[in-house]
Amino acid sequence: MADKKNNPGQVEDTGHEWDGIRELNNPCPRWWLNSLYLSGLLVIAYFILYPSLPLVNDSTKGLLGWTMINEYKEDLAKVEAIRAPFEEKLASMSVEQILADQEMLNYAIGSSKVLFGDNCAACHGTGGAPAAGSGYPNLTDDDWLYGGKPDEIMISIAAGRQGMMTAHKDILKPEEVDQLVQFVVDSSNGVATEAGKALYMAKGCFACHGADAKGVKAMGSANLTDKIWRFSGDPEQIRHTILHGVNHVSDPLTRVAVMPTWSEKLAIMLQVRADAIADGDDPNEIDWADELDGTEAERLTETEIKKLTVYVHQFGGGQ
Amino acid sequence: MSEKVEKKSVNVEDLYEEVSDWHINTGGIKIVAKRMAGRFRRLKWFGMTTWLVLFLGPYLRWNGSQAILLDLPNRQFNFFNVTIYPQDIWMLSLTLLFFAILLAAVTSIAGRVFCGYFCFQTVWTDVYTYIEGKFEGDTPQKAMKFNNAPWTVNKIVRKVSKHSLWLLIAVLTGISFVAWFTESHQLWHDLFHFEASLPAYLIIGAFTGGTYTFAGFMREQVCFWLCPYARLQGVMYDQDTILPSYDAERGEPRGRIKKGQHDDTKGSCVDCNVCVAVCPTGIDIRKGQQEGCITCGMCIDACDTIMEKTNQPKGLIRYASYKELHHNAAPLALYKRPRVIIYSLILMTALSGVVYGFMNLSPTEFKVVHERQPLFVQLSDGTIQNKYTVKLLNKTKQTIKLNFTIEGIEGATLHGLSEMIVEPGKVIPVTALVRVPEQYMTSDLTPILFKGSVESNDHISVRYKSMFMGPKK
Repeated sequence: MADKKNNPGQVEDTGHEWDGIRELNNPCPRWWLNSLYLSGLLVIAYFILYPSLPLVNDSTKGLLGWTMINEYKEDLAKVEAIRAPFEEKLASMSVEQILADQEMLNYAIGSSKVLFGDNCAACHGTGGAPAAGSGYPNLTDDDWLYGGKPDEIMISIAAGRQGMMTAHKDILKPEEVDQLVQFVVDSSNGVATEAGKALYMAKGCFACHGADAKGVKAMGSANLTDKIWRFSGDPEQIRHTILHGVNHVSDPLTRVAVMPTWSEKLAIMLQVRADAIADGDDPNEIDWADELDGTEAERLTETEIKKLTVYVHQFGGGQ
Repeated sequence: MSEKVEKKSVNVEDLYEEVSDWHINTGGIKIVAKRMAGRFRRLKWFGMTTWLVLFLGPYLRWNGSQAILLDLPNRQFNFFNVTIYPQDIWMLSLTLLFFAILLAAVTSIAGRVFCGYFCFQTVWTDVYTYIEGKFEGDTPQKAMKFNNAPWTVNKIVRKVSKHSLWLLIAVLTGISFVAWFTESHQLWHDLFHFEASLPAYLIIGAFTGGTYTFAGFMREQVCFWLCPYARLQGVMYDQDTILPSYDAERGEPRGRIKKGQHDDTKGSCVDCNVCVAVCPTGIDIRKGQQEGCITCGMCIDACDTIMEKTNQPKGLIRYASYKELHHNAAPLALYKRPRVIIYSLILMTALSGVVYGFMNLSPTEFKVVHERQPLFVQLSDGTIQNKYTVKLLNKTKQTIKLNFTIEGIEGATLHGLSEMIVEPGKVIPVTALVRVPEQYMTSDLTPILFKGSVESNDHISVRYKSMFMGPKK
């Protein structure tokens, strides 16, 4: 079937001719052209529907009213809608209950990663273990200055912690310091001498570190008999701690160890509740309006602190 | 100098003479192919029935649920009593490889078999043109007469009926496709109650529009200008590939003969043009192999009918290789052709991989991830503690309860992972602590083996080799 229309001799040309070779004017496939025109129309539709033309201070809004930030907010709302039932449930649970519930525990761990990274990891390290020699407490071991039970961890986060050890540079003689450094090293290895122990008792160290040198939880004093060092196990570093103390205001060389308060409000509430229980009162009948005046600082909410408590507890050392 | 003058005098028309009868249809001509009975017509109908699987497959039930369900939202493929999770997706890659190579292998042996008998484009087009033929006339003449006729009630009814049937098929195509990915009975229920999900409507809409446009209007244009295989499959041919071909040596010079007459100066071709009239892509097979040929064999059926009528042997157009037509040689045996051998090897490899995968589907997926920060912790009594996140995916259909033990280090104790309960299809991460007293630490890096056994099912056990880390020794 000879097709006259496609015969080069009969097809019209564009008028261009080089060395006798004519440029034929064959049409593009019709469906192809139509798709091209349609895509052109789509551009116009896009300009009408979406923000498109930049103006001096603004741009055209488009009929759909779409903006990138709104899309982001909608997506965020979706995520929060998925989290909402967990967050609600979490708010009504105690830390112990969360630790016992595998599903809630996984949720708390998952959602605390960012919280811990933003607020805690700068000192305590991403995984709860600070860089060696940095002087920040390790949260992954089983040694706790203020206790490793959920309640104790929670109040540590809410109220913050600031230990205190007197600088002994003007109190002790150099040879006494030498003997006490040796005693501390020996205690950690379980080979403390009677003489060392006697000096420890005589110089009043036991007042804070306890008669058995295992530390006193209420004061956050360090346990001197275990393998874990609050600052360092190096004898020179131990000497430094004894000479300059911890958080001793008048000594510029003192060791600084301050855990900030993350929720004044929660700290007060936990304290009042604990006192009520100690006095034999019903903690549900506390009149919070009497206890709180609304000016208490809250850097983290109660639920956030609860999550962080779970997170810290599951690092491996929680009791 | 004289040469140059001669060059100038070349007639441009002569340059194009060779291609003066090029026939390029860019959609300007609507092909109405005549339908004739024959072997290849029957084969085509047979090949087309493969697509019934698309329409009926989703309603197959197995143990009370859909036999084949490609459950994308839950990230699992259900095949009868086997569930495939993303972890086993390598089998899908091998399956795709198998079909891709199968296409190449078949093409190198017998040309575009897929295009001619199985391709959704040609199959749906065939059904659409069959319907069109029933309503508007099944020859180009009848169709033209119908379309040029003034609008009457009869014409409107026929046009509306045709388009309604087309749309019905298009919608059913869309629904059937979606039914593979969602519970099929629920889908029909939801569709009738306008409760189906937005993606379901969008996909059904896209398939309806696509089917209606491609099979109803674009037809052979898709094969000519859109389909990549049409361009690609020609590369896989060689001189031994059998294709529907016109035996020019026997047929030429072509020419019309009077009934009962025999003309020795002419070849077998009576130039009746029936081979062109039946071609669904509107090409002339007598011009040789070309990209528009989908190798459906309709022209073979047509030509054989004419040969029979003119008392000549059949097979003027037949499945023949280049060697057979031009060198009068039989094609090489299959096992002597390198392409066939290589393709077969790949096919066998892919297939055995898939079979192996199905035979050895693990009922669980077990991983133990060592905590990276900190790598280890020293406890107050000097014990070294390592933290692991233990993840177990339950691929069975029952809830399983596992008990774990550790092996490899003397004195090591496992904490926080005594037992684990995992529901079907769920993966649960659990924190496990391993403690080794200081005196047992012999190296800073010791292999440790986590073993889990399932209560009430001895066939499932899991093991994972990890490392226990400590301070440098």
